[in-house]
Amino acid sequence: MILFEVFLNGILLGGSYGLIALGLNLQFGVARILNLSYGEYLMGGAFTAFFAVMLWKVSPFLSLLVSLPIAFAMNWLIYRYLMVPLVRRAPDQDALDADVVLVTFGLLFICQGWALVYWSGDLRGYSFLATPVHILGATVALNRLLSFLGACALALGLFYLLRHTRFGAALRAITIDPVAAGIVGVDVQRTSALAFATGGALAAISGMLISMFISFSATTGVEYTLKALIVVIMAGVGRVTGTLAAGLLLGVVEALGGYLIDPGLTIAINFALFTLVLLLRPTGLFTRA
Amino acid sequence: MGVLFALGAVALALLPLFVSSYIISVFIVLYANVALATAWAFFSGTTRYISLATAAFFGTGIYVLAVAHVYMPVAVALALAAVVGFLVALVIGLSTLRLRGVYFVVFTFGLTELVHQVINWWDIRFNKTASRYIFTDVSNTSIYWTLLAVALIAIVGSWYVSRIRLGYALRAIGEDETVARHTGVDTTRVKVICFALSASVMAFVGAVLALRYPYVDASIAFNSNWSFQVLIAALLGGPTRPWGPAVGAIPLVMLSEFLAGTFPHHFGIALGLCFVVIVYFLPGGVAPLLERWWQALRAPRDPGATHTPFSSRLAARLRAGASRLEAGGRT
Repeated sequence: MILFEVFLNGILLGGSYGLIALGLNLQFGVARILNLSYGEYLMGGAFTAFFAVMLWKVSPFLSLLVSLPIAFAMNWLIYRYLMVPLVRRAPDQDALDADVVLVTFGLLFICQGWALVYWSGDLRGYSFLATPVHILGATVALNRLLSFLGACALALGLFYLLRHTRFGAALRAITIDPVAAGIVGVDVQRTSALAFATGGALAAISGMLISMFISFSATTGVEYTLKALIVVIMAGVGRVTGTLAAGLLLGVVEALGGYLIDPGLTIAINFALFTLVLLLRPTGLFTRA
Repeated sequence: MGVLFALGAVALALLPLFVSSYIISVFIVLYANVALATAWAFFSGTTRYISLATAAFFGTGIYVLAVAHVYMPVAVALALAAVVGFLVALVIGLSTLRLRGVYFVVFTFGLTELVHQVINWWDIRFNKTASRYIFTDVSNTSIYWTLLAVALIAIVGSWYVSRIRLGYALRAIGEDETVARHTGVDTTRVKVICFALSASVMAFVGAVLALRYPYVDASIAFNSNWSFQVLIAALLGGPTRPWGPAVGAIPLVMLSEFLAGTFPHHFGIALGLCFVVIVYFLPGGVAPLLERWWQALRAPRDPGATHTPFSSRLAARLRAGASRLEAGGRT
């Protein structure tokens, strides 16, 4: 029974992982930029929610009014003014990758350093809707359930956007081939910038969602970037449903591994999973061959 | 150039006889960074496989020393650290050097975290303590000389390798691995051997530095800041020249001496800004710039290159004047 409860908690956590990875996948799949500072916007979203609850005494959901526009605008600016010059200058994808890795690592350090200076390195957390809910005999916290539902709703919304709107069709076209998309009349740069910014906004939302039940600090961003990356690589670049499934898988593996082996080894377990996928199926688990 | 290098090395070797122990310890950190950055650039600078596993190998060296120095003489423990670093990198290299670009970067980044967590878990689970004490009586001056020697050997070694077949093979891999393979380079062997060589230097440096610590734990040994600082030093200096990383390490160590003690978080921001500045304004590092200045400085004194005899310069000027006249120009 306790195993089922652990499993269920893994699923609920995995929903958030799926959402976090969706944002990164949007950036990586459409704009072809691997943003290693991605987790910092998640950390920013979590801190804004914390301030909303502790300082302004309002619901953490209202913090999105602040964090969402900031994350969106920051990521749009980063793409437009930091990444586009690199894309123009790069002779090939390898050279671009190296530049992007360095710049986004630099952004990671700047954001993290800034947060450490102004918000300190202490572990933060707040209590919101921490009431028990019973599902099939297992007990889970309401905030975890709420965060899972929020993640699912957003993922569905994104799925609808990608499958049933013109903008979504343009995004999918760029994911498949940016040059061909340009030929058939998609404004590749503008659309990529929007996708990149939307990815950053998703990071801020997921930061707010997970801050309801996980404590965080100024340095947690990196950890979630790594997790999001593991999920994206497991799922395959540019896959929406695959990303959600891989997120759930990661959540369950992490929860079960922590329970059955040792909670101190969760990163090691995640990373072992990542390495296995990378070595055995580098194109992702959920891609068509 | 060679004479200057030798004179500089002798001067640095004699330095501890004249300066305070604080200066010696700053230089120890500098040499460690120079050796690490040179070793990093030896593999990653030439092949463009950007590795963030420096801290993993460095920490391996620290841990080997911390565990082994109880059972054997310090010199043997240091050698053992280098050997273990080599073997660990050999295994990791064989399984992962087929990853390219971003995947390799992320893999090596995660590797450090993995080793960190596993060792921490192991220590708590089986040794009931997270830290290990180091008891040695090695003086700071011996550490100074050892690290100076390692740094010099690393620089001279990567200069030497850049002139033999192995160096050409490494650069060929960096430019285009498929082409390198088709022209007969055994890319896997070259990559794995050089990766392991560079890792063994990193492990050795870690082991030597560990002699200065009273105790170590997994978060000291496997701190990924080492990976980033070394990467920045190498890129700032210029990873394509054997002496470039050494040039980059100097300002970085000074910056960290200045900031890390009093404003540790600002050091992170400064590192981040360094990354951004390098990519946008110094794509090849400082070394190519310095090389150009050096050549400009030497050029007037170099008789073969620019100093042409007066008669031929006069003849050239006359010819130019004649052709202007023919063209009907007045100036």
